[in-house]
Amino acid sequence: MLKLIWRNTLRHPLRAGLTILGMALAILAFALLRTMVDAWYAGVDASSPVRLVTRNAVSLVSPLPVAYQAKIKALPGVTGVAHAYWFEGIYVDKKHFFPQFAASLPGYLDLAPELLIPEDQRLALVRDRQGCLAGRKLAARFGWKVGDVIQLKGTYFPGDYQLNLRAIYKGRDPATDETMLFFHWDYLNEQMKKLAPDRADRVGWFLVQVASPDLAGPVSEQIDAVFKNSLAETLTETEKAFNLGFVAMTEAILLAIQAVSWLVIGVILMVLANTMAMGARERMKEYAVMKAMGFRPRFLSGVILGESMVLAVLGGLLGLALTIPAIWAFPTAVLQYFGIFQVTLETLALGLGVSLTVGLLAAVLPAWRAARVGIAEAMTKVG
Amino acid sequence: MPIPISYSYRNLLARRLTTALTAGGMALVIFVFAAVLMLAEGLRRTLVATGSYDNVVVLRAGSETEVQSSIDRTQAGIIGAQPEIALDMEGRKMVADEAIILVNLTKREAKTPANVIIRGVQATSLPLRREVKLAAGRFPRPGSTEIMAGVQIARRFQGAGLGESLRFAMRTWQVVGIFDAGNTGFSSEIWGDVEQLLQAFRRTVYSSVVFRLQDPGAFLTVKSRLEGDPRLPVQVLREVDMYEAQSRRLATFIRLLGLVLTGIFSVGAILGAMVTMYAQVGARVAEIGTMRALGFQRHHILLAFLLESVLLGFLGWILGLLPASLLNFITLSTINWSSFAELSFKFTLTPGIMIKSLIFGLGMGLLGGLLPALKAARLPLLEALRTA
Repeated sequence: MLKLIWRNTLRHPLRAGLTILGMALAILAFALLRTMVDAWYAGVDASSPVRLVTRNAVSLVSPLPVAYQAKIKALPGVTGVAHAYWFEGIYVDKKHFFPQFAASLPGYLDLAPELLIPEDQRLALVRDRQGCLAGRKLAARFGWKVGDVIQLKGTYFPGDYQLNLRAIYKGRDPATDETMLFFHWDYLNEQMKKLAPDRADRVGWFLVQVASPDLAGPVSEQIDAVFKNSLAETLTETEKAFNLGFVAMTEAILLAIQAVSWLVIGVILMVLANTMAMGARERMKEYAVMKAMGFRPRFLSGVILGESMVLAVLGGLLGLALTIPAIWAFPTAVLQYFGIFQVTLETLALGLGVSLTVGLLAAVLPAWRAARVGIAEAMTKVG
Repeated sequence: MPIPISYSYRNLLARRLTTALTAGGMALVIFVFAAVLMLAEGLRRTLVATGSYDNVVVLRAGSETEVQSSIDRTQAGIIGAQPEIALDMEGRKMVADEAIILVNLTKREAKTPANVIIRGVQATSLPLRREVKLAAGRFPRPGSTEIMAGVQIARRFQGAGLGESLRFAMRTWQVVGIFDAGNTGFSSEIWGDVEQLLQAFRRTVYSSVVFRLQDPGAFLTVKSRLEGDPRLPVQVLREVDMYEAQSRRLATFIRLLGLVLTGIFSVGAILGAMVTMYAQVGARVAEIGTMRALGFQRHHILLAFLLESVLLGFLGWILGLLPASLLNFITLSTINWSSFAELSFKFTLTPGIMIKSLIFGLGMGLLGGLLPALKAARLPLLEALRTA
């Protein structure tokens, strides 16, 4: 039976080749889309359970006074506090987007052990007020080396900012974002005092570290209670919830991408079903002969199913194998919005599962027809 | 004499299942292709429709959106004194100092928070925006904590409906009106009195100054005078241009992603068409031989098979565009990366998109059918007849 399946598959090498190629492309597209959805959630997965984010309750865009830091630090259960501000600067051209943060530098790094920095570079960064820290991927994207000068033009903040690249970090985990840039909040604040005094001494959010994950809930409530009914009420949540909030804002696009990833499976299902249907149609006479010789309908169905599976799995494996090189070829214009873009085992397994299902579904109709066909009817049919 | 067209489409009808499957595959690709373009177009239209051509927005230099900008009172006074500003019926200058604040509100159904734009407005803001009409309730009284919400906001956010109230910045804000600004970005905003809002948020500066030009052609004069004024670190934009720039980042992302994807998808569908057409040529060798013997030329055969495959593409286009056009009734909301606020927009089908997807569909059919048709045309006459 196996030999028959194999021979049948190879009977039209061109047709089989084209079908496998189509299958491979569809699985490739499917894997790419899943990877993109994963990339969206990367920040959520990378978040630490002992870190909280305290921001202004009005919205993320509203700042908090830096003076809150001391009050938060004094609360029981809090082991560390740092602050940061989203700095939406332009590097050379608007097209070059990457996340930039003005952070309270030595302190912020202590709370972020997933950023690995060589000791000497770390020292140089802390010493230079205009120093900055870039991720490995970001530095590679623009060809930056330690010691380079990076000029940012403020958008939300007025003024031009001249930064010296003092350190480059590597991610501790594969999920760590390596495309971020950090510089001293002190430098930003100094500029604010000169250019826009009423915006000085403000921060975007506080990063709060608690002693253990189960303290996250009570400490969040305590922090918000301290600032209740003040001019700037706070909202504290775990880093995970904070990042999920970001993802939720673009949910509609995310859903669309997911829907599309299933549509592509629909496309390939039709292509494979078509190949199988044509094969079965052409061979109806053979099936009748085999039936007349005493082969069971079940055997015929098995042969058709087997051929379909061979095509689907070969195509699926080829597609998955192509996924990894394809990710490198993705346009940077899309990639710049994602820090992490990696294929997970889950995606690969799902891709394989999908190809098996497609192989099964595509064979259903022709197998049913072949099993049902009457011998006399098929023998006399011209077509 | 060429082979009659009916030969091609009758052949499609003869094998209904195969035709349906091949065209179905193409239809899915067309659907995705059209949907992506409709999405990007809907986003662009919503933001381009926001704003009027004769309105001018003044922002702080370097800021891309109103949210990032700040204009202090002295500067606003200088801007408001320009002679090119139009006058309304009562002789007042049509200029408004506005403040933009982002507020986190909770959605009614999903219970998830999203950023909503609150626009602090003055009495003149309303006549400046021709598209804004009152849909229910009344306009808020100036100098009070009354607000009005855009239709998209009122429907989707907790506390933003008529008669409800929102709490932020240590005050309670009564929603006394709902306004409809059609398919524009204003429908995703909340409007309140600018002085009350600034006071509540302890801010002293406006975000932007908007005014109407008496003569739209005077734009460059005003622009060069204001941007050249050493007291004013500002940039002057037409309102339409500012909103269009805001749509660029997200629309480009959607379009780029969509095109990469449909590119990959279409190759799959073309392969499907190829499989079908090769099988057709294989099954009809004897038929082709007969036609050649009857006197039809090679190019006639080529055309007949190409036509058959292009018809497949055409069928795919019809099957794909029908469900895509139904998307026209769907409103989508997502965060706009430029303004960082929630924005609602509709899928929009334009004749341009219809034509683009038609070309795309026919092109897929053509590419899929080309090689098989060439094979059919090249068949040696004798050999073809012998297989019969």
